[in-house]
Amino acid sequence: MSLLANTGVLLGKELKTEFRSRELLTTTVVFIIIVLVLFSFTFDPLSDEARRFGSGLLWLAFLFAASLMLQPCFLREQANDTLSALRLSVSDPFAIFLAKLAANTLFLMITELLLLPVFAVMYSVPVLGVLHWLTLVFFLGSLGVSTAGTALSSISAQARMRELLLPLLLLPMLTPILIASTEVTAALLDRSPYVLWKGIGFLVAFDIVFLTALWLFGEYLLEE
Amino acid sequence: MTPRVASPAGIRFENVEKRYAGLYALRRVSLEVAPGECVVLAGRNGSGKTTLLRIAARLVRPSGGNVSYSGESGGEKASDRVRPGFVAHATMVYDELTAEENLLLFARLQGVERPEERVAALLAEVSLTERSKSLVRTFSRGMRQRVAIARALLTAPSAMLLDEPATGLDSQGISWLAGTLRGMRDAGCTLLMSLHGESEISALATRGIRLDAGTVVGDTNAGADMSAVLAGAGE
Repeated sequence: MSLLANTGVLLGKELKTEFRSRELLTTTVVFIIIVLVLFSFTFDPLSDEARRFGSGLLWLAFLFAASLMLQPCFLREQANDTLSALRLSVSDPFAIFLAKLAANTLFLMITELLLLPVFAVMYSVPVLGVLHWLTLVFFLGSLGVSTAGTALSSISAQARMRELLLPLLLLPMLTPILIASTEVTAALLDRSPYVLWKGIGFLVAFDIVFLTALWLFGEYLLEE
Repeated sequence: MTPRVASPAGIRFENVEKRYAGLYALRRVSLEVAPGECVVLAGRNGSGKTTLLRIAARLVRPSGGNVSYSGESGGEKASDRVRPGFVAHATMVYDELTAEENLLLFARLQGVERPEERVAALLAEVSLTERSKSLVRTFSRGMRQRVAIARALLTAPSAMLLDEPATGLDSQGISWLAGTLRGMRDAGCTLLMSLHGESEISALATRGIRLDAGTVVGDTNAGADMSAVLAGAGE
């Protein structure tokens, strides 16, 4: 069976199990709302500071939420050793990663788009005019976060102190994404919005590099 | 119920070694399981049975040596390899999916033709048709084990690896499993399974191998010796 067909079947499973329980989405949305509210206490969210710092706070909240969301990605497969069943069934182990990172990207995007209006209202930042560009940045950023996060989740799931290990590995690795996404988002939330193509190019490059690395070395990450 | 296996696969272990952080789980194990043979692996906890089976299933890479199946073309691609069925300690099915969804998932991943029909037939074979739409997390351990065995049978494999398959089964379940394995053995499927002690299932064996500390310490196909090997006489 082809890589894409296997990926499609596995993605269906990921979506079915999540939308049946809604555990990850609910927890993550609540977590981001709490973080955004707490951040808003640290300065006057209606001032110009909101435009200057808002995008950074938004992406920090997304990254913390992602580390929460990515944690169970491979841990769930350990309970009944279902990862072994998947490895025995797929013709290419990359399908397991592709399905998981596609599901994680989708869940992150849903969370981000749900939270955007809350952020816009709380921090008094208009977003409607640049919504399509913001969606693109969210997609590229989420794809990078999910790709790196899914790979690291497969490693941390097999380690001791796994709950601590993933954020410890993930957050430093995602610093380049945080910087680029924040800069592009800040430019879009500016009083005179503009598209920072350099930042978008960087995000695309980051995604391609990590996807290629995962395609080349993913099989070894799944080995016992 | 079990279709005749067209070409049973033999399994060949050549000087297989496995080390975990300097500790040997297996030491230069060399074995040849003939096509259609039913072999029971016996031994105390930690003797290397599970490691040997997981290496045979290609879930664990050996530190040294090689495992091969007869009938393989020798290529590196997954499609070139024999895919044995594997039943492990854990059930290897999703608690959040129904029995039917679990089997359909693995059937589609493995490219089983007409997956719905195959899954319905297997659910009937493991007597779970009535509970096919129930989430696996609502099942007893014995019912989960039946789903696990149905999953391993999806592709009608030519070789089957079973790691203590009677775990969690009551006496009725063990009789059912023994009947299923007998059908597979008679259909020509090669069986390699680990068991603790003698049971209705071990009575199916045509050969018994005893492992101790990662090495083969007994290997027989004679009735009286078989009992001794399975029971661990002399230890």
